[in-house]
Amino acid sequence: MSRADDERTASAGWRTRVKRLIEGYDSVLSLQHRREIIRELQDEEDLFMLLCFCDMMGIPNPVGDMTLELYPYMLDRFHEWHQRQGMPRSPLDGFRCC
Amino acid sequence: MNAIWIAIFGAVCFVMGYRFYSKFIAERIYRLDPDFQTPAHAYQDGVDYVPTNKWILWGHHFTSVAGAAPIVGPAIAIYWGWLPAILWVVLGTVFAAGVHDFGAVVLSNRHKGHSIGTLANKLIGQRAKLLFLFIILILVLMVNAVFAWVIAKLFITFPASVLSVFIQIPLAVWIGYRVYRHSGSMLLPSVIALAVMYGAALLASEIPMLQIDLVSWFGGAEASVVGGFNATSMAFLVWIVVLMVYVYIASTLPVWKLLQPRDYINSHQLVVGLALLYLGLFFGAPEMTAPSVNGEADISWYPLLFITIACGAISGFHGLVASGTTSKQLDKETDARMIGYGGALGEGMLAMIAIIAVGTLFASGADFTATYSSFSAAGSSGLGSFVKGAGQLAGNLGIPEHMGSTLVAVIVVSFAATTLDTAVRLMRYIIAELGTEYGMPVIARKHVATSIAVISSAALVILPEGPNGFGSGGYLLWPLFGTSNQLLAGITLMLVSVWLKRQGRPVVFTLAPMLFLLVMTLWAMGQQVIFTWSGFGDADRNLLLFTFGSLIMVFTLWILLEASRSFRQGGVPTQQQQPSSDESR
Repeated sequence: MSRADDERTASAGWRTRVKRLIEGYDSVLSLQHRREIIRELQDEEDLFMLLCFCDMMGIPNPVGDMTLELYPYMLDRFHEWHQRQGMPRSPLDGFRCC
Repeated sequence: MNAIWIAIFGAVCFVMGYRFYSKFIAERIYRLDPDFQTPAHAYQDGVDYVPTNKWILWGHHFTSVAGAAPIVGPAIAIYWGWLPAILWVVLGTVFAAGVHDFGAVVLSNRHKGHSIGTLANKLIGQRAKLLFLFIILILVLMVNAVFAWVIAKLFITFPASVLSVFIQIPLAVWIGYRVYRHSGSMLLPSVIALAVMYGAALLASEIPMLQIDLVSWFGGAEASVVGGFNATSMAFLVWIVVLMVYVYIASTLPVWKLLQPRDYINSHQLVVGLALLYLGLFFGAPEMTAPSVNGEADISWYPLLFITIACGAISGFHGLVASGTTSKQLDKETDARMIGYGGALGEGMLAMIAIIAVGTLFASGADFTATYSSFSAAGSSGLGSFVKGAGQLAGNLGIPEHMGSTLVAVIVVSFAATTLDTAVRLMRYIIAELGTEYGMPVIARKHVATSIAVISSAALVILPEGPNGFGSGGYLLWPLFGTSNQLLAGITLMLVSVWLKRQGRPVVFTLAPMLFLLVMTLWAMGQQVIFTWSGFGDADRNLLLFTFGSLIMVFTLWILLEASRSFRQGGVPTQQQQPSSDESR
């Protein structure tokens, strides 16, 4: 291996180490914030899901026809949502995600 | 004596404490099990319960517990000389704080990651939970009053810091929106925010027009609220009102909008501040000019020293963080030693540099005595002395002293403002919980609960009467803050002891610091309440402080009674998560 190759390898090693250090530092500081952001986004998502599925829970939904069209796109999110709400299995007969 | 030797002495004690004492506690007392399934694995949900690398979790735990409190307490307590302060910080950290923080992580880890409040209910009963709630309420009320006083004092003493602190608010909101709406890392925007803040601070240090000096705006240092009635200074009152309006708004916003991004920026500031001070110390190698022991103190160091330095030696607040968030992210139970005990050592290092900054500030011992002429003078000028001393240490790195002082003032105010925001928010939740518990739904409403929290905090910071009338006695609240913090630590140590007793393990290592703390708290409050605040003999009566001091004494006795009752009932098994291996070994 030539001297130039050695220098290139050493420089790449340093760059990787510095990158890891910066990533580690960011992880330390963002641990708390990441959790709060996820929680806030989940709250928003839960509200949206509730608005879409409110007629299935006995709450009249004036735009039910339109939200019905969204259901196929929401299958994965619906599964995560009902699990977050403490229901391990899908509560809806016609909407079996699990 | 050269201050470097003190730092080396402290560091060696901390290393020895970690290497030997924490190892002993981990192996013989808490009996950590590397195969125990931690709550982070058992209940992994990607939000609260997330197995996390121990170095990252240690950094997170340390930045969550470190703030302005381990700076203010030592800056006041150096009044009795640097030796008692350093000894209490070092010994308290090694034998009390380390065991306390470590124990809180382990206890919570063994109980599904539950917080101290829930564990109090589970291990002792409903009464203990109620006691916990009351102590937290008093603690956050004290925190609000004390930190509002700290910020107002620093804004008055260092007007160049105001602009930078207020610039942080829109920057934090910008970062909050950016990360919330577009994801991504906070690192780069927060570094830019920090650069803007420090740029503003340095500019304001040089350009008087950028300094927001309310003292000169409102008629000078002599201007009082009620002219001729010897009341609080006008500038102080205006700052308290501004801060309370600000904290009302800040504490009712969602956390991601202001609190979280500002906390992220503050974490950089903690790193910058510690690096600035320790590098300044090692490059400058200054002499300690403060006396090692102040023989002319007007009040004895015991028991007041042990409640004046709370955070930095031992703090109940750490138990809340350790059991609230840290324990839910523990990858392996054996990591608890480094995270819990190591986090306490980090805070000890911060307290130690605060003592060194004040101890090296003065040109001579006589100058120190002139500034720290009495305990009340120490309370009043301690924080300002720290900021100047820290500026002097930063001066060893080539930063002009007045600029260094402004930067340190910005750092301390930023810590205090975040604490204030968090504490008002917490107080709002407690008031709402009490309102729901006692059938008063009106006070459970967000704005009603926040109004109660803000108005009572403002009243508490303005009402204590000091040498210059109402509002100048804010420093009197510091020992009350210290005692309520120590009481909280006492509860955590009691819970850990009860758990150990039920496991049939030695309790002396957790019970001894608990009894020490409670005896010192009881002694200090008894002395203040009976001989000072009650109006006994020649002393002036202070009804407000008398009431709070008496309440704290009642709570201390309550804890002691609960502890003795729990120990008499020892042997009752507690519900706890079953480990994957034999837990009894």
